[in-house]
Amino acid sequence: MFSRQFEYLAPTSLDDALSALASTPGAKIMSGGQSLIPLMKLRLFSPGTVVDIGRIDGLGDIVERDDHISIGALVRHNQTASDPLVAEHATALGQAAAWTGDHQVRNRGTTCGAMAHADIAADQPAAAIALGATMVARSSSGEREIPAQEFFVDALTSALSDDEILVELRVPTSTNGSTSAYDKLGRRGGHTDYAVAGVAVWVQVTDGSVSDARIGVTGVGTRPSLAEAAASALIGTDGNDEAITDAAALVTDGITVIEDLYGSVEYKTHLAKVFTERALRQALAG
Amino acid sequence: MQVSLTVNGRTQTAEIESRTLLVHYLREHLNLTGTHVGCETSYCGACTVLVDGKAIKSCTMLAVQTEGAAITTIEGLANGELHPVQQGFVERHGLQCGFCTPGMIMSAVALLDENDSPSEDEIRHGIEGNLCRCTGYHNIVKSIEYAAATMRGDDPPASDWEDES
Amino acid sequence: MTANVIGKAIRRKEDPALIQGKGLYTDDMKMAGMLHAAFVRSPFGKARILGIDASRATELEGVHAVYTAEDVRQLGPLLAQVAIGALRPLLADGTVNHVGEAVAMVVATDRYVAQDAVDAVDVDYEPLEAVVDLEDAASDRTIANDTNASNVIHVWEVGDADAVAAARATDGAVEVSVKMINQRLIPTAIEPRSALADYNGGYGNMTLYSSSQIPHAVAGALGKTFGLSSNNVRVIAPEVGGGFGAKLNYYSEEALVTFASRELGSPVKWTETRREASVATIHGRGWVGTATIVGTGEGKILAYELDALSDMGAYTQNFTVAIPLLGQYVAPGQYDIPIHWKVQCVATNAPTTDAYRGAGRPEAIFYLERAIDAFAREIGMDPADVRKRNFFEEFPATTAAGMLMDSGDYGANLDKLLELADYQGLRRKQEEARAEGRTIGIGLSTYVEVCGFGPSALAEGGFSWASYGLPAAFNGSGLVRVNPDGTATVMIGTGPSGQGHETTWAQIVSEALGIAVEDIQVRHGDTRDSPMGIGTFGSRSLAVDGSATSQAAEKVREKAARVAAHMMEASPDDIEFADGGAHVTGSPDKTVTWAEIAEVAYQPHRLPDGMEGGMEANAVFSPANATWPFGSHLAVVDVDTTTGDVTLLEYFAMDDCGNVINPMIVDGQVHGGLAQGISQALFEHAIFDEDGNLLTGSLLDYPIPTAGDLPSFTLDRTTTPTDVNPMGVKGIGEAGTIGSAQTVLNAVIDAVAHLGVTHIDMPLRPKRVWQAIHGNGA
Repeated sequence: MFSRQFEYLAPTSLDDALSALASTPGAKIMSGGQSLIPLMKLRLFSPGTVVDIGRIDGLGDIVERDDHISIGALVRHNQTASDPLVAEHATALGQAAAWTGDHQVRNRGTTCGAMAHADIAADQPAAAIALGATMVARSSSGEREIPAQEFFVDALTSALSDDEILVELRVPTSTNGSTSAYDKLGRRGGHTDYAVAGVAVWVQVTDGSVSDARIGVTGVGTRPSLAEAAASALIGTDGNDEAITDAAALVTDGITVIEDLYGSVEYKTHLAKVFTERALRQALAG
Repeated sequence: MQVSLTVNGRTQTAEIESRTLLVHYLREHLNLTGTHVGCETSYCGACTVLVDGKAIKSCTMLAVQTEGAAITTIEGLANGELHPVQQGFVERHGLQCGFCTPGMIMSAVALLDENDSPSEDEIRHGIEGNLCRCTGYHNIVKSIEYAAATMRGDDPPASDWEDES
Repeated sequence: MTANVIGKAIRRKEDPALIQGKGLYTDDMKMAGMLHAAFVRSPFGKARILGIDASRATELEGVHAVYTAEDVRQLGPLLAQVAIGALRPLLADGTVNHVGEAVAMVVATDRYVAQDAVDAVDVDYEPLEAVVDLEDAASDRTIANDTNASNVIHVWEVGDADAVAAARATDGAVEVSVKMINQRLIPTAIEPRSALADYNGGYGNMTLYSSSQIPHAVAGALGKTFGLSSNNVRVIAPEVGGGFGAKLNYYSEEALVTFASRELGSPVKWTETRREASVATIHGRGWVGTATIVGTGEGKILAYELDALSDMGAYTQNFTVAIPLLGQYVAPGQYDIPIHWKVQCVATNAPTTDAYRGAGRPEAIFYLERAIDAFAREIGMDPADVRKRNFFEEFPATTAAGMLMDSGDYGANLDKLLELADYQGLRRKQEEARAEGRTIGIGLSTYVEVCGFGPSALAEGGFSWASYGLPAAFNGSGLVRVNPDGTATVMIGTGPSGQGHETTWAQIVSEALGIAVEDIQVRHGDTRDSPMGIGTFGSRSLAVDGSATSQAAEKVREKAARVAAHMMEASPDDIEFADGGAHVTGSPDKTVTWAEIAEVAYQPHRLPDGMEGGMEANAVFSPANATWPFGSHLAVVDVDTTTGDVTLLEYFAMDDCGNVINPMIVDGQVHGGLAQGISQALFEHAIFDEDGNLLTGSLLDYPIPTAGDLPSFTLDRTTTPTDVNPMGVKGIGEAGTIGSAQTVLNAVIDAVAHLGVTHIDMPLRPKRVWQAIHGNGA
């Protein structure tokens, strides 16, 4: 409940934040703080310096730009969950955000923060992967784009380097015939709490057949992952029940499913299939 | 570090350690002990306050993050008379030990601010960030339904005990 | 005529302070010069302490002291009421025997610094083999606490093994046995424990604020520990944020902050963190056992047997070993059946277990009611009918556990439940749902509980308060005082934590005296003010302390009637109290107000000759028997057989707690009790690894239900008063919990029995339900 001492910096510009990060070894970025502060209170993680980006203007918006919608670093979960652009172009992400934490946590916690925290059972990373989102990372030496599927490296480890800030999440705007959905079993049951297994799907239907698809899985492995084999199996089918079942059967191919308090490998593998089927049915129906 | 903010309409300036949580600042520095601490993992919600009108958990926010913010705690809710949500909790027995109550009430106030006619399901999911161990939530839901009705100017739903009182 | 407020849903007198954040809990208290304590706790299930180096900690700015066993050994171990098994040293002395055991206490200027100091205390441990599995521990392969010769520190046994053998030998007897776990739970009051000690060396007085259900008992125990008289110890339990039995203990932290305050000459406060609460505050339940029903194909139960182990944890505290005895008292439930019931108390390298809401009774009823359900399924009979077939029908009834139950009406209660829930209609809906591919289950349970502690015979049976420095037998008292202005003050020795005593007791006194509820103030929780009382637990306060208060109010009423009669020149027999005063029967115009009566009462020269001045009375009540509340519950669940996810759709409870003073408060008690029993069925489980590490030490991994996890409940009552106390009340605090866990479990089994599932151990997390359905072992 009582953190160790740390230095607190609250820059008001991104440049200041980046230079603070670059010049302070072990500094940690804080956006909403909903994951970071509990870890610090339990003294499980005690950064020497916290760089709070909460006072930087211009990071709190969701806007449509060119071929994507941009979700800024300070966009809260509740904003993502209720935003009309997200609902239109990134249904799965909106749903995942709505099922993240609870109302108070969603008021503070940020979508980008949930990405950067890279919890193995967080909801929104699965959606970002399925939607083919891009993470925009900036450091004092420049900016780079990281595909969501490469962003989640390991438990609580993202592809961000120590001097980088995730400034923006870019989700491609939907085109005719593309839909997405997210479904999960929460640790509390239903949709509540972190995912025991959660699956986000994105499908593009062209002339009655699935022309493209991506599936993101969370909760079951050591990181949120892209389920390539399952998506490939779906592509080219008409998305009927049999095709869905066949695709879902492959969803954990290439993913190392781990046992935890919430389920055995067998059970979590099974759940990943179930929620792949449920999410696909929902996406294909919508 | 120095922090300046408004708490229940009064400007406060304090010199605090950066690690001081908002809830500790409120309780220890301002003596606003109505905001409680029931856990350290941001689950129980006993520490819920409004920051710029939004319900947040004050155990998961540093006091230094509130620079310039306007905070409402349970002590600042009644404005001469009880807030309808407070009245609802009395009328429908929405509290027993009272420990979760301030946080629960603040969450309910925020919920009704966003939705003046929530369904039972919306109420139940809307207060998922607040744990109560005494009431089983049954009467908390009734209390919020009572408050919603009175805030809309409607008659509150009948209580479970009208026939007995 | 009286005020006629008994049975009314009077809104609570407690609420205005609590809803405005003005209620004061222990951690809200501040004193000049106050210091803060924090504890260094064991990270091992069992280890030898090779050395403690506190030098880095004591050097930190703001650290006043670091104490270890050396400093407090002379205070002796923590007192326990039923001192069977190893007692807990105040600070670990040579070994630690569970994760979270306190090893050292630091005292510092603020809580952040105190935690910094905890981190800076270096303890050198030699880890030893721990044992946490109950059956493993019972084998004595490894001794959990070396103070004990065997891990089995006591055995409770009642009934007749021969009767069970005879039942088995009966022609056509059907036998059903189920091995079941009633898992270990963490009580989880939302307010963590807190204690603030203030020793004033000038007055020689020790004051302790503590979030306790038993302020008088803590005062008695502190007096014994520190050699202080009752005059020098004052314990105050201010607002207490839930207890559920977990605050029904004299805890080492209470003694230690007291010690530190005396040593340092400053007030010292300690408030538990949630993670600390999960290992430093008592746990509950933790049984594994096999329940067996032998009966006929027509549903007649010939015998019931239980053979179980109960987890005591590493140390014996207040009632630890006696908790299963409370289960034994209700072992045969509502049934007139022979039993053989045996529970072995087993020490393990885990936190101490003790009373958690229901305390022994939920366990006993769980095994019985699950086994009856399994038996009903085996013989293909409706579970309601099997129960009805075996109820006690005549009262008083002597049970196979040797207890005398004074009253009950079990058949009528169950019938009313089935009607409330439209049981036959639900069965039809279950069929229809199955045809639509939904898996619905309906579960039933009845229960009887033993409350109103209690009869003095219990003290002779081992439930004595003597080790805490109190009179041995349970009792309750109430002091009623009418003040000179006609208002009344009531003082009681209970320790409520949300039960609404201030309101209920005001109703009792208002009813007797005709003083308005709002003019009556009820004070509790301060041992300096209140008369002797042993606290609030075991659904006892109203039946015992409430009865005492009712008797005290009656004494005041009698005296006031004589005063009023004297004032109005009437006969005391013709005086009635109502509307804030007294009047003469048949002469409504002849009235005196309570203020007028009190004005006379406090001036003895105006009283009738020989009458003492003042207007107050105390009464002490010790009941002749316990009370035996009962009821029946019904749950409807939906099971997603694909994921194993269980949704509780509806819950019906038909409880009988005798007469009701405030139906609103009684309903609230039932709701909360239900939530905790349902939560045991669906959510909670204190899980340890084999080394004794608690894997569920925060609310992140020890889920208690949120509003979204529960439905609204449907309640009703039957009313079967008792005559063991003057108000005919029985107790309601634990009923919901005792009735509910197995009701939900029976419903889930009912839903999935057609898939070949006969039992699933709680909690019914989706993974377990799925594994059971899909044959991968539960």
